[in-house]
Amino acid sequence: MRIGIVCPYSFDVPGGVQSHVRDLAEELIRLGHDVSVLAPADDDAALPPYVVPAGRAIPVPYNGSVARLSFGLLSASRVRRWIREGEFDVMHVHEPASPSLGLLACWAAIGPIVATFHASMEKSRAITAAYGILQTALEKVSARIAVSERARDTLVEHLGGDAVVIPNGVSVRAFSGDSRIPGWPGTGGALGFLGRIDEPRKGMPVLLDALPEIVARHPGVRLLVAGPGDADQVRATLAPTMRDRVHFLGLVSDADRAAMLRSVDVYVAPNTGGESFGIILLEAMAAGTPVLASDIEAFRLVLEDGKAGELFQVENSADLAVRADLLLSDHRRRDDLRAAATDVVAKYDWERVARQVLAVYETVTWSGLKVREDSRGQLFGRFTRLKDDV
Amino acid sequence: MTVWVVVLVVVALVGLYLRGVAGRLDRLHVRVEAGRDALDAQLVRRTSAALDLAHAGVLDPATSVLLAEEAYGAQTAADRLRPRAESELTGALNAALPDAATVDQLNSSARGQELLSALSVACGRVVLARRFYNDAVSTTLVIRRRRLVRWLRLAGTAALPSSFEMEDHPPESLGVAA
Repeated sequence: MRIGIVCPYSFDVPGGVQSHVRDLAEELIRLGHDVSVLAPADDDAALPPYVVPAGRAIPVPYNGSVARLSFGLLSASRVRRWIREGEFDVMHVHEPASPSLGLLACWAAIGPIVATFHASMEKSRAITAAYGILQTALEKVSARIAVSERARDTLVEHLGGDAVVIPNGVSVRAFSGDSRIPGWPGTGGALGFLGRIDEPRKGMPVLLDALPEIVARHPGVRLLVAGPGDADQVRATLAPTMRDRVHFLGLVSDADRAAMLRSVDVYVAPNTGGESFGIILLEAMAAGTPVLASDIEAFRLVLEDGKAGELFQVENSADLAVRADLLLSDHRRRDDLRAAATDVVAKYDWERVARQVLAVYETVTWSGLKVREDSRGQLFGRFTRLKDDV
Repeated sequence: MTVWVVVLVVVALVGLYLRGVAGRLDRLHVRVEAGRDALDAQLVRRTSAALDLAHAGVLDPATSVLLAEEAYGAQTAADRLRPRAESELTGALNAALPDAATVDQLNSSARGQELLSALSVACGRVVLARRFYNDAVSTTLVIRRRRLVRWLRLAGTAALPSSFEMEDHPPESLGVAA
């Protein structure tokens, strides 16, 4: 099958949607399909061979964090060209309601279109304010997928209609190696954190507030931090006795992420909200590292109410400290969690999830019609067409 | 003079708007039709998978007859009675494969395994196709119920689509995803 996938966010910045798109594309290619991914990127960016750059990605504050998006006339004309030249059997758009390539692609195409909704926004300003604009583009989508029940509820509430739930996948193979960062985890106990350190929703401050309490019970404990953000600024906020226990790796590559996760005794996810799916928890689980996570709904679902990982009260540093102490002191409890996690993570293995996505593709491509360019009644569309031809 | 310019602009804008709505409806009708074709195809596929299972001699005769009759009923039902006949087939499938033990026993032979896997794929596809079709129908109905669309007959001669309501839950014992 010829499959065109549209990713709304730039690949230079790691993120849940980008990883999802990359893993899905690679799994589909492995299954023998012909895949092209359109993503925001500069023309000279180093990209996997299946990615087509859609032009410069502009950093925009969006939905509580900074996203790198592509929009404007240049992007719109690139999208049209990609659709014309791709001759896809199916086009799979990710996050079509965000003001980026997904929306442009829905405008510019007609035919079998599948859309995956990742976000669960309590009250999305975009969907409420721009309902009319979005509706025209979104009603072309033949099949809607939500990554969680939560994301599905958001979707049905804001846009009506229905969607099937297909969870995010995790590439179990990629995380099941055995490399570690030299010197880690050590014998004094090691905790890990992964995510933007300067984004409050990722919960770094909650973890740092709990650290003194954990140190009191485990004097040798260390914290390994991976993720973008200003490490010096965070270090300056730490008490001098805490400073040398926290090691910042900065932004790590995907290969190093697996090694980083294996290099700690407990992976901590102190997120305070805004997550619709705990993909990072699944990665830790696939790497065989016990998880301690805040009990936001998305995490509770993935951890099956604490069966496959320990939960603590959201934004409660004292509770985090107590649970971390429990896990660090009890290796049997960690072994139990590891075993339970292995069973849970099998359900989310990309090999299995990609087949569910393919079932959706096969359902919507039944008519045999291909994805075509749609410029009917769209002045804007014709304008970009002209610009493209110049 | 200026009055006429304003009138012209208003008429042009209204015209553009109406053309836009008509275009949207046109696309939606195409989507509804494609969705209905896909749903029909998946229902037929499920019926024939059920018939194959009934005629393979891997189930006891009573279950086989029940399954074959309901599958035949779904195959021959008039459009109006189709949802009920398909729901009854769902019921028969659930009755024929009530538990994991039955499924395990069927899976122990190569033929049984083949039949069950065809059936469970078909059951899963019916669920998907029906959701996508009903989603297209509900989106279309929202626009077609608008007063302007009804008064100006922007939908042309296309019939008002209706959702396909049936019980389509695959037997638990098959463990069909999605």
